[in-house]
Amino acid sequence: MGTGEEATGDRYLTKVVSVRDVWKSYGKVEVVKGVSFDVEEGTTTVIFGPSGAGKSTLLRCINMLYPPDRGTVLLRDIDLMKTGGKINYYRSRFGMVFQHFNLFSHMTVLDNVMIGPRIVKKIPQDQAKTIALEALEEVRMKDWCNHYPSQLSGGQKQRTGIARALAMDPEVILFDEPTSALDPELIGEVLQTMLDLAREKKTMICVTHEMGFAKAVASEMIFMDEGAVVETGSPEHFFTNPANERTQRFLSRLTELYGRHESRENLAADEK
Amino acid sequence: MIDYLGDLFEGLFVTFQLSFTALGIGVILGLAAALARKYGQRPISYLANAYIEIIRGTPLTVQLFIIYFGLPSLGVLFSPTLSAIVALGINSGAYQAEYFRGAIESIGGGQMEAALSLGMSRVQTIFRIILPQAFRLALPSWSNEAAYLPKYSSVAFLVTVPELLARSKMVISRNLKPLEVYFVVGLIYLATIATISKILDMVYEKYKITVE
Repeated sequence: MGTGEEATGDRYLTKVVSVRDVWKSYGKVEVVKGVSFDVEEGTTTVIFGPSGAGKSTLLRCINMLYPPDRGTVLLRDIDLMKTGGKINYYRSRFGMVFQHFNLFSHMTVLDNVMIGPRIVKKIPQDQAKTIALEALEEVRMKDWCNHYPSQLSGGQKQRTGIARALAMDPEVILFDEPTSALDPELIGEVLQTMLDLAREKKTMICVTHEMGFAKAVASEMIFMDEGAVVETGSPEHFFTNPANERTQRFLSRLTELYGRHESRENLAADEK
Repeated sequence: MIDYLGDLFEGLFVTFQLSFTALGIGVILGLAAALARKYGQRPISYLANAYIEIIRGTPLTVQLFIIYFGLPSLGVLFSPTLSAIVALGINSGAYQAEYFRGAIESIGGGQMEAALSLGMSRVQTIFRIILPQAFRLALPSWSNEAAYLPKYSSVAFLVTVPELLARSKMVISRNLKPLEVYFVVGLIYLATIATISKILDMVYEKYKITVE
């Protein structure tokens, strides 16, 4: 749905993730109220909306960090609510990148990236190291591999976070506002890394307000408010004629705040 | 004056035995209680909480007397030294639990989420991610406990354990020089604790981390 007008050419898309009527509440507060959408292989889905809309919670429902109260999520037709005791394994097939990086403070950059392959996939030390160095190369952090997180800038921390996710060779990467905690001058390097991944046809679900990024690579955008999906469509749809009045208001507020996201479009411009 | 130093050092050796064994027991109990309180389900976390509050809320001497004088009436008979070790260990564990818990709290939930999202289990996360950091973060306050214990272990003289304080009383009963002997004993405690603090400071400096 909504992806029909994409002129990407490759139309043999397969569904990787299917979110089916997911509900989640904390105590009495309903945070996610019946969200459904599909994510196709090699595409980037951008989820945006005001804070408190349930975006981050939804992302954590997808990889079962917070199992939904109702509804389910399918990863390539496997019902993640019915995995028996194997949820850790299925969760390892998702990568996740966090707003506040959540790097392991007592480990070097290299160890942060190696620990997933080592402990979860039980890959031998030297192979895990090769994998980790490749991932760090990809995010241009290889030269920093012996540093500790506290010695890095925010942008470097986030790129390490991305490498940590990549080292597990995930089928989908979930981004939870990856640039929201960064100083403005550091946002570019992280967005560039994400654009590289999108160009390599990694499957990504990104909660972000970086509309330049969305415009450049999103095949589907989802606007959420108060725990529900308000509107879904392509970037063209959202930036030319968003149907819903709430969407229009939110987008114009973003424009007011960040300008016409031109500076970040520059970096995205060569992608199109 | 030198003639009784040998006696005192024998006592110091017993003090070390008491305090380091108790410290070790305390680490195990303290970690278990901290983890139970933070990650345990209802009955287990309540039990851990009760342990911490009861021990911290009652005097060490009362705990020691219950074990040494009280338990025999239930048929449990510990030697003086074992009674002292058990009492000190259980007591220290309750305080250490709070140091460890504080450290675990300060790591926050984000790293736990990150580790789980890689596919690690909760147990793997606790042992590989949370505890290695908790030890480092707890070290400065935990050093207090290591410095207190050799001093607190002097209560063992109340149940006839021949530790440093008990030895000094024996020496005084022979040479009748309380001022001099207690002064020397004080110096021995002081030197002991200064050494322990210094060593732990060095360990802390070597392994300290910054958690953001």
